[in-house]
Amino acid sequence: MTQHPRAWVGLLLSLAFSPAYAGWTVNMAPGVTEVSRSVFDLHMTIFWICVVIGVIVFGVMFWSMLIHRRSTGQKPAHFHESTTVEILWTVVPLAILIVMAIPATKVLIEIYDTSESELDIQITGYQWKWHYKYLGEDVEFFSNMSTPKAQIDNRAAKGEHYLLEVDEPLVVPVGTKVRFLITAADVIHSWWVPALAVKKDAIPGFINESWTRIEEPGIYRGQCTELCGKDHGFMPVVVEAKSKEDYAAWLAERKQVAAAERELTSKQWSMDELMERGEKAYATACAACHQVGGEGLPPMFPALKGSAIAMGPAEGHIDIVINGKPGTSMAAFGKQLSPVDLAAIITYERNAWGNKVGDMVTPQDIVAFQKAQE
Amino acid sequence: MSEGISTRTLVGRLLLVVVAMFCFGVFVLPPFYEAMCQVFGINGKTAGAYQGTQTVDESRQVRVQFLATNAAGMVWSFGPMADELNVHPGEPRDMLFVAHNPTDQPMTAQAIPSVSPARAAAFFHKTECFCFTQQVLQPGERIEMPVRFIVDRDLPADVHHLTLGYTLFDITASKPPVAQATP
Amino acid sequence: MSAVIDHGHAGHDHHHGPAKGLMRWVLTTNHKDIGSMYLWFSFAMFLLGGSMAMVIRAELFQPGLQIVQPEFFNQMTTMHGLIMVFGAVMPAFVGLANWMIPLMIGAPDMALPRMNNFSFWLLPAAFGLLVSTLFMEGGGPNFGWTFYAPLSTTYAPESVTFFIFAVHLMGISSIMGAINVVATILNLRAPGMTLMKMPLFVWTWLITAFLLIAVMPVLAGCVTMMLMDIHFGTSFFSAAGGGDPVLFQHVFWFFGHPEVYIMILPAFGAVSSIIPAFARKPLFGYTSMVYATASIAFLSFIVWAHHMFTVGIPLTGELFFMYATMLIAVPTGVKVFNWASTMWRGSMTFEAPMLFSVAFVILFTIGGFSGLMLAIAPADFQYHDTYFVVAHFHYVLVPGAIFGIFASAYYWLPKWTGYMYDETLAKLHFWMSFIGMNLAFFPMHFVGLAGMPRRIPDYNMMFANFNMVSSIGAFMFGVTQLLFLFIVIKCIRGGKPAGAKPWDGAEGLEWTVPSPAPYHTFSTPPDVK
Repeated sequence: MTQHPRAWVGLLLSLAFSPAYAGWTVNMAPGVTEVSRSVFDLHMTIFWICVVIGVIVFGVMFWSMLIHRRSTGQKPAHFHESTTVEILWTVVPLAILIVMAIPATKVLIEIYDTSESELDIQITGYQWKWHYKYLGEDVEFFSNMSTPKAQIDNRAAKGEHYLLEVDEPLVVPVGTKVRFLITAADVIHSWWVPALAVKKDAIPGFINESWTRIEEPGIYRGQCTELCGKDHGFMPVVVEAKSKEDYAAWLAERKQVAAAERELTSKQWSMDELMERGEKAYATACAACHQVGGEGLPPMFPALKGSAIAMGPAEGHIDIVINGKPGTSMAAFGKQLSPVDLAAIITYERNAWGNKVGDMVTPQDIVAFQKAQE
Repeated sequence: MSEGISTRTLVGRLLLVVVAMFCFGVFVLPPFYEAMCQVFGINGKTAGAYQGTQTVDESRQVRVQFLATNAAGMVWSFGPMADELNVHPGEPRDMLFVAHNPTDQPMTAQAIPSVSPARAAAFFHKTECFCFTQQVLQPGERIEMPVRFIVDRDLPADVHHLTLGYTLFDITASKPPVAQATP
Repeated sequence: MSAVIDHGHAGHDHHHGPAKGLMRWVLTTNHKDIGSMYLWFSFAMFLLGGSMAMVIRAELFQPGLQIVQPEFFNQMTTMHGLIMVFGAVMPAFVGLANWMIPLMIGAPDMALPRMNNFSFWLLPAAFGLLVSTLFMEGGGPNFGWTFYAPLSTTYAPESVTFFIFAVHLMGISSIMGAINVVATILNLRAPGMTLMKMPLFVWTWLITAFLLIAVMPVLAGCVTMMLMDIHFGTSFFSAAGGGDPVLFQHVFWFFGHPEVYIMILPAFGAVSSIIPAFARKPLFGYTSMVYATASIAFLSFIVWAHHMFTVGIPLTGELFFMYATMLIAVPTGVKVFNWASTMWRGSMTFEAPMLFSVAFVILFTIGGFSGLMLAIAPADFQYHDTYFVVAHFHYVLVPGAIFGIFASAYYWLPKWTGYMYDETLAKLHFWMSFIGMNLAFFPMHFVGLAGMPRRIPDYNMMFANFNMVSSIGAFMFGVTQLLFLFIVIKCIRGGKPAGAKPWDGAEGLEWTVPSPAPYHTFSTPPDVK
């Protein structure tokens, strides 16, 4: 080691920073925005300052521990103060701190500049999913974790993006200043994408701002970082950055999908089709609380298997799914899900796990129910 | 045993500090925080009804964006008539928010405003707002709720863009509405 | 007034010895008895909180859910934090204060002995109540030890009310303990024991006690406001009624930041006695140590919002709290430099207390470095609420507070029991703890930087390797603590008899009384020159 210190440092660095050792990643990634790179540089600067101070201080201590021991016949010295060194080691750290504060202040001011954005997206945290709304575009959707329960329960092999994959990522164009207006509907969440160096708390009743300008198209993954209840670990954030053209195409397609969804609503559905769609939709929207097998987690989340509501009149069942149950964790899904999914879920709940009611709730029933409410 | 005050006096004084710090936590910190928020716009909370008028600054334009969020468990449909307005500082402007209670129960709601960027909150004045009072909607009722506001002429020059967001909370449980006989 | 009592059979002097049987412990007002009870209680809590950590680490051993469900996992993280902070670390330091402060300043007992008894007995009640919530319908507290509203108010399990009362009881206990310490130090010092002659352990405890008196009532206020929000319709922390959830965080961290210094300052003091004893050289910079401790305590009141850099504080606020936080590095640095200088050109030996103290200085400094990194607000946006933070505060609390307590325990065990502990086993305890602790917590820096949030029961495979290493280290550290229990019991039951001053380099009044320290000491104040 004494012969080739450089080689050792090089090896350590390559181990530390090479993406080939992803399973052993030891450092932050520089990310894909100007801000994230500034933050990364800041992080590395402070890190190396700390390393240098550490090497000096610990070096002195280890030297002392090796040499100044009774077993080596040392006689203790008697000095116990020195105004000069004491002033010195107060002033020098202070100077180092000032040197560190300057770049930190610069980066912070940059991060706080949310003006002049080209695209505004409202991000709302829910227990336990994110909602994205493209302001002025009439596009909005929920983003749920899409990792199957079987993988979490170790009944299926885990995919590469285990727990970091969603049904619908947030899509943004590259090279565009995107402003995020972040809030929450229930408890405090925190929206974090490491590659963008954006982390901001989503606080119910208040709006927080943040922004990013992504340079490279790609998929960037993060997670909720404020404890928000049971499934805090299961609400990933996925951002897909597309080129401006692809983004425009995506946006147009999104609008078309919404139109297609309306068409699906008016289609005639068979029982089997509804059950098939219902099982999938149930797994995303309901299974976190009511569980895949419908047994729930009483007392917080009641069982649906054999429940009076799921096996009672269809109106009552539709009502609780669409409007929720105030004062409980049961959310109102009327706005969160499409009529097709609502119908499929309700049909599924009425006919799965031995709940053999036998009837079918169609998207048209849902639309009629929602009309009647207006 | 040594010089100074007696243990009894000392303990008495320390207990006084304890009581004072408790009161500080409960009675001083919250209003102090509130005041700090008002002055420095810490959390984007806006002040109550604004009485003044201002001359209009035609030379400048500010984009005001409107957001509406339903808190968890709130089933009303709720939203602004338009996503944004361009306004001149000093000029009184209106925006309508629409709310609709789809349930078969009368319900009470409270809208909570929040302005972003937070430092602009102190420069955003509401002369009239549905958030000043609780809203009671009968089953199936739909209302249009106005907010009238003025963006202050002293809004910092680097702010070109304001967001006014409302979160609508269902407070029926704590403030039960008086039910009207349905006609 | 016989000051010398037989080894182990301290009960047979009817007037001046302890009462017999269980009632001795229930009714005792003797600072040594109460100190021992505090220490045993805190060790029991350490094992309980530790076993919860074992559950957490077992679940995190591999990706996927294996052992517990997320709701129980959240209860484990919450209870682990609460029990370690309020049940293990704080009572351990109060126990050390009870035992040692009167001995160090030449006082016959604590100034308020009956209150001392009461403040101890509140603790079992508080923790009995807290732990019982785990068996209630809906489960125990699951909102993290920082219990942010509205997760802990509107969305809390039913048991939150019991949690609030438990926190009140702990708070009252700590406040009474702190008042007792202040009264003892200010009024019961032996003649000639001026403030600037006090051992640093006494100094740091005096400052800690003032911190406790200042901030525990704020915590009490905080949970009282929660109680009001939950049961009496107020809206301090609920946006729906015009309150602000962020206010909760401000109030909590106004308490919480001084609290972290409450958990470390007494360890600073103990280590400042132990390092000179084993370096056989006086402490370097006694005066600057006192001033540095006082500055740290003062600064702790103006840095709380660095826990909240991501809640959306305005730029100026963010900058203020960043600069103030960075400033703490200066007095902390002074302390570390002083300890290193004390070791310099000493004549060191490395018995267990010294091993733990040296590890304390080095590893606490590493925790300080990561603290400095966290102070830089823009970088904190990447670190906040990730495992990097978990690594940081475990580095300051485990090798900081806990190693400080172990060092103190080994240092003063001969004084408490009259016997030397088994040095070989103690060294084994040290090395196993040292390796286990580093294995457990160092990789947490890596997974945190790689993007793993804290308080999650499951994670992506890219975090798997280091999590497994962490879990292995944690199990090793956990099992090793049973060895400590064995060493202490062995030491109480016998061993090589300890003289009045078993460490040749030790200084202080506590070494002028025989070992074990008689039931009553310094009934006549000693003369301090």
